[in-house]
Amino acid sequence: MRGRPSSHSQAGGLAGLLLLALLWLPFTAHAAKIGDISETSLSEQAWRFLSFEDPSVRYAVGGSLLLGVSCGLLGSFIVVRKMALVGDALSHAVLPGVALGFLWNMTKDPLAIFLGATIAGVLGTGTVSLITRTTRLKEDTALGLVLASFFAVGICLLTRIQRMSVSGQSGLDKYLFGQAAAIGPDDLRLMAVVTALVVVIVLLLYKELLMASFDPGFARVSGFPVAWLHHGLMLLLAFAVVISLQAVGVVLVSAMLITPAAAAYLLTDRMSRMLALAALVGMVSGVLGAFCSFLGNNLPTGPFMVLAASLVFALAFLFSPRQGVVVRWWRQRSRARRTQRENTLKAIYHVLESRGFAGESVSLRELAERRRETIEDVRGQAGELARHGLATLHEEGNQVLLTPGGWQTAASIVRNHRLWELYLTHEARIAADHVHDDAEKIEHVLGEEVVRELERQLDFAKQDPHGRAIPGAEEIHRPFSSGRSDELLGYGKPQ
Amino acid sequence: MKDLIPPFNAQEVLVMPWTDGLANFGWIALMGFLVAAACGLIGNYLILRRMALVGDAISHSVLPGLAIAFLLAGSRGTLPMFLGALAAAVLTTLIIEVIHQKTRVKQDAAIGIAFSSLFALGVLLISLFADKVDLDQECVLYGEIALVPLEPMTTLGASTLGPPSVVRMALVAVVVLALIGLFYKELLVSSFDPGLAATLGINATLVHYALMSMLSVVVVSAFEAVGAILVIAMLILPGATASLLTHRLPRALGWSVLHAALSSVLGVHLSVWLDCSVAGAMVVMGAVLFALVWVFAPEQGQIARLRRHRADATGTA
Repeated sequence: MRGRPSSHSQAGGLAGLLLLALLWLPFTAHAAKIGDISETSLSEQAWRFLSFEDPSVRYAVGGSLLLGVSCGLLGSFIVVRKMALVGDALSHAVLPGVALGFLWNMTKDPLAIFLGATIAGVLGTGTVSLITRTTRLKEDTALGLVLASFFAVGICLLTRIQRMSVSGQSGLDKYLFGQAAAIGPDDLRLMAVVTALVVVIVLLLYKELLMASFDPGFARVSGFPVAWLHHGLMLLLAFAVVISLQAVGVVLVSAMLITPAAAAYLLTDRMSRMLALAALVGMVSGVLGAFCSFLGNNLPTGPFMVLAASLVFALAFLFSPRQGVVVRWWRQRSRARRTQRENTLKAIYHVLESRGFAGESVSLRELAERRRETIEDVRGQAGELARHGLATLHEEGNQVLLTPGGWQTAASIVRNHRLWELYLTHEARIAADHVHDDAEKIEHVLGEEVVRELERQLDFAKQDPHGRAIPGAEEIHRPFSSGRSDELLGYGKPQ
Repeated sequence: MKDLIPPFNAQEVLVMPWTDGLANFGWIALMGFLVAAACGLIGNYLILRRMALVGDAISHSVLPGLAIAFLLAGSRGTLPMFLGALAAAVLTTLIIEVIHQKTRVKQDAAIGIAFSSLFALGVLLISLFADKVDLDQECVLYGEIALVPLEPMTTLGASTLGPPSVVRMALVAVVVLALIGLFYKELLVSSFDPGLAATLGINATLVHYALMSMLSVVVVSAFEAVGAILVIAMLILPGATASLLTHRLPRALGWSVLHAALSSVLGVHLSVWLDCSVAGAMVVMGAVLFALVWVFAPEQGQIARLRRHRADATGTA
């Protein structure tokens, strides 16, 4: 994993470049309005960012990458533990600590602010658990209570500081909504140390954290110190929140914990991959947010980072390979269409069978009667078969002739159906007139292996419970005349 | 560090707001009380229904609605602002529901994603169109209650009623109180026992959405005064404090109004003393009151609990 962040950062930077090109399009329209204060044009500003010559740009990008990693890693744990809103409460609760850290020696000393904020954050989460343990108030009430009360103390301190005659307090309000450009070399060093600590601890305690997150009961009886792991995680979480404050801001840090991790949660089932993906998403949205806020004058960074993360989440929500809404809809649709095609093929088989496989092709009228549908409906279904190479249409589309592939599918579906009916009546002792509906569903999903097994169990029976022949392998895979001199050769006819 | 806590001047801190400064601080205290009372009344039900964090989410996510309404209407009109906020609130609940139902992301994370995205959008809109939208980033967080007395007074006939935001908030508070009075039974039953509510023919969904719209009305009217995050405090603190003092809902409603009054008055004094954000000081005092009740409440307080434990221990020994 030590080597990973660097390779990720390259990948992240690259993906960021691609994404921001897309993201920026709608904003260019307002460029004139934003740019009224700044002298430089949007493209110059963009070039300044991308050329990487400005040290403040380098600090901002470095900081965004680091906070993306630590927030993504720790956010994954709170998302799977259903503790997302603990992150929210924690991130608001650090504000008084920031103010007190500043008051310590009246400068924005990164270390003092870091310590103050961490103490405030730990105090906040401690208060939440104290309230839930000692009163009948529920956890959500306790979280909201601590979040808002601590935040109010922070606001009072900040407004107090603003009205004191102290120099060097400017920029303290940047802690509310974040300003990546304000990250200095000292801040960056602290962020690097904390991120390294987070990565190392997550790697070392991966198994313990995983167990405590998914099955705390088992972890406890296995002798893991679950309570300590929880407190340790809270402390790390406070660290991650605090180093992100300057770039993301108190108000939106929780989103950098939750959103990248939730996006990763949609993309994979394995915790290790989720951690890596969440860190990647965190880095991408961090850099993207820093870039976007850099383009305007005095634009806060936090909201851009959060929106970039939300964009990634929205994409994962729609297009995640397994869980994406669009992907699932598409899969469902194609499955429904395949079932529909297979049902048409089956109907053609039934028509052929009803004439003892005498004719060659099936007319739309016969098919419509069999399926109890209109000619027009059936014409559409036949066209669908032709498009998938399962049948050919003749006599101006009024005659349907199965191709070898179409015949194989049709015969297999009929075989699946009848085998299953036989199985249910034989093995499950279900009455013969109750098995059709079930077979109607399962015929489309039975795999080859299951079919072999069914055939063995049923001693390669030739007839279904209704007395009709079950097509065997020789019918399904029977050879076709390769010459095909006559198109209407009659594939339906058994040898 | 030394001048963080200014000297305590009793005359200045305790007397001035009610004598020379009454025209100023009187309105501020009244506004704070109305906001906290209206929020607190609804907050009792949010706490009962374990929806405290939905209040959190809605108070954040009304921001883009307010900003867009501002851009479209071009002024701080009450109706467009309210409609914008209501639309944003409905959108939030929708996003939460969709994420929660269509994916395996849990509800807490869904709440976090929904409100943070909308809040981020709102902050961006405000900073991009800073010259057009009369809301600034700080106001979004902790409001501008101190500006209330400076508004031109609303008049009715010959008599002066007060600053428009105070008048509006008073109206909202009265409406909230009236609605709670009218639908007391429905709210009570559906909050405590949804099953019983269904058998009594109470439409729980309707009650839920009515409560949500009432919540967004209150949040919108309170927003300018106390900002997005302190609204959460006003929603939760009075009800949480009250529920440590009594088990009966009518009394809890009474206690939360008292909490609202005390925290706004004490908050004014604190802010005069420390010269800090008034809304922030009100919430701090509200939190102090909560802490006092937490420790000293007659039945559920920590001291009472300790004493009971000791009595039990000696009783069994």
